[in-house]
Formats: sequence, structure tokens, C-alpha cells
Amino acid sequence: MSIISLKAIEKYYGDYHALKGIDCEIAEGEFFSLLGPSGCGKTTLLRVIAGFEDVSSGTVVIGGQNMAGVPANKRPTNMVFQSYAIFPHLSVAENVGYGLRRARLPRAELAEKVNGALKMVGLEGFGGRASHALSGGQRQRVALARALILEPKVLLLDEPLSALDKKMREQMQTELRRLQRQVGITFILVTHDQEEALIMSDRIAVMFEGEIAQLAAPQELYRRPLTRRVGEFIGVMNFLDARQVDTGISQVRFDVDGLGEVEIKPEQLPKGARSFYSVVGLRPEALSIVYDGSPKSAVPGKVVDLSYYGDMTYYEVQLEGTSSPVTISMKNLTSRPVLERGAETQVTWDAGSLVVFAS
Amino acid sequence: MKGGWLRIYAIGYLVFLYLPVVLLPMFAFNEGTVIAFPLKGFTTEWFVQLAGIEALHGALLNSVFIALVTASLSVIFGICAARASTRFRFPFKGPIMGAIMVPLVLPEIIVAVSLLVVVVQVLDLPLSAWTVIAGHTLICTPFAIAILSSAFQGLDQSLEEAAVDLGETRWGAFKNIILPLVSPGIVASFLICFTISLDEFIIAFFLTGAEPTLPVYIWSQLRFPTKIPAVMALGTLMLVASLIILSVAEYYRRRGVERVGGKDSGGFL
Repeated sequence: MSIISLKAIEKYYGDYHALKGIDCEIAEGEFFSLLGPSGCGKTTLLRVIAGFEDVSSGTVVIGGQNMAGVPANKRPTNMVFQSYAIFPHLSVAENVGYGLRRARLPRAELAEKVNGALKMVGLEGFGGRASHALSGGQRQRVALARALILEPKVLLLDEPLSALDKKMREQMQTELRRLQRQVGITFILVTHDQEEALIMSDRIAVMFEGEIAQLAAPQELYRRPLTRRVGEFIGVMNFLDARQVDTGISQVRFDVDGLGEVEIKPEQLPKGARSFYSVVGLRPEALSIVYDGSPKSAVPGKVVDLSYYGDMTYYEVQLEGTSSPVTISMKNLTSRPVLERGAETQVTWDAGSLVVFAS
Repeated sequence: MKGGWLRIYAIGYLVFLYLPVVLLPMFAFNEGTVIAFPLKGFTTEWFVQLAGIEALHGALLNSVFIALVTASLSVIFGICAARASTRFRFPFKGPIMGAIMVPLVLPEIIVAVSLLVVVVQVLDLPLSAWTVIAGHTLICTPFAIAILSSAFQGLDQSLEEAAVDLGETRWGAFKNIILPLVSPGIVASFLICFTISLDEFIIAFFLTGAEPTLPVYIWSQLRFPTKIPAVMALGTLMLVASLIILSVAEYYRRRGVERVGGKDSGGFL
């Protein structure tokens, strides 16, 4: 059952068309991400759901209720802001309990709820602290506790991790995931970090220029990007020009620049499109450098550059008949010494991981 | 010595600036009736004399009343203008804000004369404390806006949205979140406006009715040589009061900047 359904959402700022017909269903209890470069409209869409922005047209339904004319303070959503927006003149406990002020709970009950919320985010005993003396990670947790204490139907997170350093960010990613499973509330995360979206989400909507380019689960999105742009935005992808040479019942053959003839399955073709000229995409792990044996399909290449990451090495390899080198990732094992710049080598590929784009 | 001349210049500058001010309390405690060296002996008689002048008390009360009302009005106008300029976008914002801030640099004599013409010739109203208040509010409001703008500017816009998101109404968010956070700015601008109005002379001189303000009263007393030591004593008291008020104002302004975690970007002291 979907908790949020967005239908034909349009948003204009004067002449600027910020959201171009967004249709989207978000299921109850799912961790949903809006991913895209800055200016793609992801934050605007989040603010539309929260009620901070009006829509030019279209409907927002939350929990079966049309939100037209419902102001932000009456919506069953709560938000964690990019800046956290911790009230600096209030203590941690006052911040966390702020949303319950209107409920006029007895003092003991309020304190219990605030403590419960603080415990949930790992800040037990911080209630009496002044909020301006907190570290970035702690402010983030206070903002989470403050939003979750109201038990919203949907929690909205506007780039909540972008202000944290790398270590802290990784820790909070795991923690947010755990928290989401624990409370079972729908989380909607806005991020420009594709890795973060892949790690945390059940489903991801990739947005470009006010439109959803693809909405899919992380694995599907990474393996089968619908467009070249999505493929480029999520992870690394090598693009090679290709011409379809033959179509059989169980396989299609392409003549790919740099690789030669490649056989793929019909499912790998883009839906509907059967264009003659295409571009194929290959992730760095779909290509590999041949260390031993002689696979039946391998082409010569020359290492032009490499980046050593400890566990992995990323090679830039120039193939014959292509204009720019391809990126190949290899796991580092003792039996696979890291190649030098300029080394001649053999490159093979996994035809099943090939993605075909209708050029 | 490196920078020797600069140091001499700096010292000379400070002496020129503050020597006259130091002379004020010196003669206020001097026993002689003539303002001249050498000093005669220490006395507090002039202060005692001050306590007995009825007209002075009237002028003082008058000035305090005008300053209180002026400061209140200026701060209210200042809050409205500062919030509008930092929070909203509207057409002709630049020119409008510029026009409001102009009295800051306009010669007071021009403001005073034109207000006098408007009040007496155009509106045909009697001159009173309220006409002085009108003039003072005009010149104090830009100061209030300047201080309050920096207080409002330092605020993260999401604070207000966060409060609304947590169930507050727009007004509730303003009252419970924004006002407490800018309150140091409100106190500081109130005190500065109060001080400016209290010792403003030109506008008060032109627009005052039968009851003079304190500076106007002091000016009228300067004609009588025997009253001058008492005026010195009065000046000393006002100097002390001004310093205290300005220090308190600056303390609150700095605390406000600290509170929202912003960077200090100037101010008046």
C-alpha cells in the first residue's frame, strides 16, 4: 500500500519549470531516496511533500488524504533539515520535546518520551546539554529525535549527511538504516551522493531537470540503467559505440568498438527499441584483465594509467579502435601483481553485464 | 623606531577626541564658579544644586518620556523592516530599503527644518513632545534597522520552517523561535535609539513646544555664567549614563551574535 502518491506534480518559479510532471508512489515503511545533481528539483519535491512549497498543479496524497490546502504544521510528515535547524536557545531536551508542547502532556510523561527518543538515537543523558555545544553528528541525532518523537507517517531527510565528515557519514548511514527498520516509518531521503543512495535505499528515484529519469531498486538501477545519463550518474560506466549485426532467437550480436563481436541475450536490449546503431555500457567490473588462461574472447590493450586503492586497482586501458581508454577494476590478489603504466595486456568481458542503450 | 609617527598620530588623535570629555567631570567637581585653570578645590555642591532645579527635572522627565516612546516605535518599525528585508523578496526592495536608511546620513538640520514646515505650515499642529517623537523616530529607525538586520540575517531560515514542521503556526514560530533569538538585537537597538533620542539637540530644538528637552534646556542655561558649573555636573551624569547604556547595548548585541553561532561583523562599539 502506498503511503504517498504524487500525481502529475508541476512546479513553476516564475518562468523556471522546477518540477515537470512528477508521478510517483512511495510504499509504506520503505526507505526511498530522491537522487540527482544539484538543481534537479529533488529538494523542491521534498518541500512539496512537507508542505513548504505549493504545487503549480497536481496532487499530493499522504496516507490516503489529499494534502491540497493542508499547511506544513498539519501534515503527518516531519523533516530533518540540511542545517539540522536545532533551536540554539533551547536545551537538547527542549528541542526534542518541542513538537509535543501543544499536546500538553504531564511533565513526567513528556520527560519519559524525550528520554526514549534520545535513547533511540544514542544520546541518552544528553537532555540537559545546551544545544549549541553539540558536535555535527550529535546535532544530526537531536534533529532525528525531534522529528521521530512525533511518530510521523513519513520522515523527510534533506541531505542530512552532507555536512558530516566521511567517517561520521558512513556511521550515520548504517545508523539511519537501523533506525528506519526499528521504527518502521517511511523515510524519504534527498541526496546527491549516489553511493549513499545505493547503500541506504529500498528504492531510488533518479532525477534530472525536474523529471524522474528512472525509479528502481538499487541493484536494478546499477545493473540496468535506462539511459546513458543514469548510467553515468550512478557509479562509473564505460561507453562504447556498437552496431547490431545479427538478431537470433536466443541471442543478439553486436559489433562493439574495441571489443569486436559480442553476443548478448535479447533481455539485455532496451525495451521496444531495436535501433541498428547503439551504444553499449560496461561497468569497470564487467571488464577484466587476463592474468592466466586464455579466454576465447579477449582483446589486446595498453595500460595508460592506474589508481591503487589497496583492495582494488582501477586501470585506464586503451583498446584498439576506441577514442578514449576504458576503466577496468580488478581485485588485488597476490597472484595478480599490479601492472605498470604502459604494460601491454589482454582484456576480456562479461557479455551478460553489458547494457545496451538506444543511442 | 618603526611606526613611530603613526603612534604619535594615534595618541594625538585620542587626546584630541577625549580631552574635552575628561575636562567635563574635572570642572564638575571644581569649587570655582569660573571655568578656568588652576582648579580650586573639590566639591560636590554643583550636583546638590542640580537636585534643586525644578525646570531641570521637568526637562529630564520630558526627555526620558520622548526617548522611551521613540525607542519603542523605532524598534517596532525596525523589526518589521529587518524581517521584511532579510526574509522576503519583493519588487523595489533595494530602493525601498535605501530610502528608509537615508535619514542616517541626512543632515539633521534639513530633517528638522522640513519637519517644522510640515508640522506648522501644512498640518497646522501645535508643537509638543509628540512632534519631537516623530522627528526622533525618523532618525532612530535606521539605526534600529541596521542592528536588527544583522540579528535577523544571522538566523538560519530553516529554524522557522522546523518550528512550523513540528506543529507551530507561522505566528507561533515567529514568537517562540525568532523573537527569542533576535531579542539581544532588540535590547541593543532599543538602548541605542534611547541614547540617540536622549541627547539629540537640533530636531528637539526646532520641534519642541513649551516644554524643552534636556539638551535644549542645557543650551538655554549656557547664557548664565553662574549656572555653568551645574551644567558641567549634569553633563557628567549624562556622560556616565550614556556609557553605561551603550555598554549594555553592545553586550547584548555580542551575546546575540554568539548565541546563534554567527561571526561578529562589526556593530557600533
